[in-house]
Amino acid sequence: MLLIEELGVEVGSKPILKNVNMEIPAGETHVLFGPNGSGKTTLMMTMMGFSGYTVTHGKITFKGQDITYMPINERAELGIGVLFQRPPTIHGLKTRTLVEICRKNPETDVDALAKHLAFTDFLERDVNENLSGGEIKRSELLQLQAQEPDLLLLDEPESGVDLENMAVVGDAINRLLHRGVKNPACSLPSKREKKSCLVITHTGYILDYITADRGQVLYEGVLRCSQNAREILKWIREYGYAECVGCPQ
Amino acid sequence: MTNDNVKKTPRLADYQTGQTSHDYLSELRAINPVDVDQFLSVGVDTSENFRSGTFIVKDQSVVHCKTAQKGVDVLSISQAREKFDLSSYLWQGVDPDKDEFTSWAHEQPSEGYFIRSHPGQIIQAPVQSCLYIEKENFAQNVHNLVIAEEGSQLSIINGCATSPHLISGLHVGITEFYVKKGAVLSFTMIHDWGKEVNVRPRTVGYVEEGGVLISNYISLRPVGSLQMSPTTHLRGKGAVARFNSILVADKGCTLDVGSNVILEAPETRAEIISRAITFGGDIIARGRLVGMVPDVKAHLECNGLILKDGLMLAIPELEAHVPGVEMSHEAAVGKIDNREIEYLMARGLTEEEAVSTIVRGFLNVDIEGLPPSLKQRLDKVISETEKDMF
Repeated sequence: MLLIEELGVEVGSKPILKNVNMEIPAGETHVLFGPNGSGKTTLMMTMMGFSGYTVTHGKITFKGQDITYMPINERAELGIGVLFQRPPTIHGLKTRTLVEICRKNPETDVDALAKHLAFTDFLERDVNENLSGGEIKRSELLQLQAQEPDLLLLDEPESGVDLENMAVVGDAINRLLHRGVKNPACSLPSKREKKSCLVITHTGYILDYITADRGQVLYEGVLRCSQNAREILKWIREYGYAECVGCPQ
Repeated sequence: MTNDNVKKTPRLADYQTGQTSHDYLSELRAINPVDVDQFLSVGVDTSENFRSGTFIVKDQSVVHCKTAQKGVDVLSISQAREKFDLSSYLWQGVDPDKDEFTSWAHEQPSEGYFIRSHPGQIIQAPVQSCLYIEKENFAQNVHNLVIAEEGSQLSIINGCATSPHLISGLHVGITEFYVKKGAVLSFTMIHDWGKEVNVRPRTVGYVEEGGVLISNYISLRPVGSLQMSPTTHLRGKGAVARFNSILVADKGCTLDVGSNVILEAPETRAEIISRAITFGGDIIARGRLVGMVPDVKAHLECNGLILKDGLMLAIPELEAHVPGVEMSHEAAVGKIDNREIEYLMARGLTEEEAVSTIVRGFLNVDIEGLPPSLKQRLDKVISETEKDMF
């Protein structure tokens, strides 16, 4: 589904990503760990094509197409969707209108989606205006549910979300991924084709709500390891990220 | 800042003045089809559906004047002068010596509308008026008087437009509002002038105890130069004024638009909101709130976007003469935040669609008292304006 080869990225002429190789096969959920400033968000923003992130070498392939220099909206149309950590407020644009604009299927019932996310009361509010951390995540997930992407990029989905909202967020992510997991300890496979996902986290709390097929650690702009996500989280909790420096890629 | 900031100060001597003779139309349906679209573009419905009255002046001639509902008077100002003693209203608010245009308007013969809602009357359908210039290089002089009597409710849609082929002209309009005790007046003015038409409205309003004046001003189409800064005096306890302006200036336009509210009585409130976009023209967006007594509350918001070249100057002023006033302002001028554009692109919109969506949102000030048909019309005009922006 997604293949990143020898990717180097600069932000304001400062090298951030140095030689990143990553593959997310169809239907897999990968978790990207890393301390603040390690380059996680830079990787995600580069995957989506945002300005300010200059690819110095390497390439990104999605569904077999080289998307390294593709405009953002074309990547979205090809099936990549992003959950932003701190999305901007769009004054004068109602959330309902944006969801209607970005829905893949014109028949998608916005009200039904909003009801699932306990977001009905916010539909007529301007996009991201005066929303709490949990409400912002639910707004983002609502837009993504309308977009129906094949690859989800989730930037710190647990940040600023209280425990009660975290269950709603986790449930919505699972529905987006067609994983249908209600109980985090039990991964009942859904009959629908699973979507692919890359989750960025530095706390790992999201793993209490979603199941991951693989975890990777990004440290100082380099991917340090790739194995079971829970194993990695356990190591990080016990020894910290500094241990990752010695880990072979 | 003074009027000198307006680059293109017109010279009165350059225009034709005097009386004009256009045929009076007893039925608005008989109007020249060429004019209908121009009227519609400024909210004047020639079918007169859901209107409680209509007044149209073309150049200097009243061509249509009709009252369609009890409880409201719609007359030409000359008829009203004959019928009523207006000495306590006319020229009571506007100082004839304010500037050369006001002095000229005071000296020259003028026409205009007299609209009055009777005490306690709730006038559901708006009164519509159109001030229209057809004659090339003509200086139009209008004097309007609006009185919302005690406890009444009235809304007015005032459209100003020119013949589609007109290039040059001058409009000087004196308007005086009197909102009596407990009355509500909603006044929406939509301008669609020509590219070299210069416009100098001079407006003053008085709001008595518990009265509300809502004034919306919309100028989306090219105009040569426009300079206006209406002043509203909140004279009675609890009086309220709300001003919304939506301004778009393309290359060659100069818009110098402000609102002044003088809070002269306790518990009065005022809000001035301005949204301005330039893609080549100059916009000066002013706002001035003056607190004269304690226990008043007012807020001012000037937001401006520069899409291409041009000047965007926001001048918010807060003036407190006593302690105990609560006044605030926000002013923001700049370009569209790239993060907003890219955010919408990540949802699948092209860059152009994203900019257009943001611009539409920016201009989407919730305008009170706007009939749905006019809202749809405005959305259409905004869409057409957007095409010129790229």
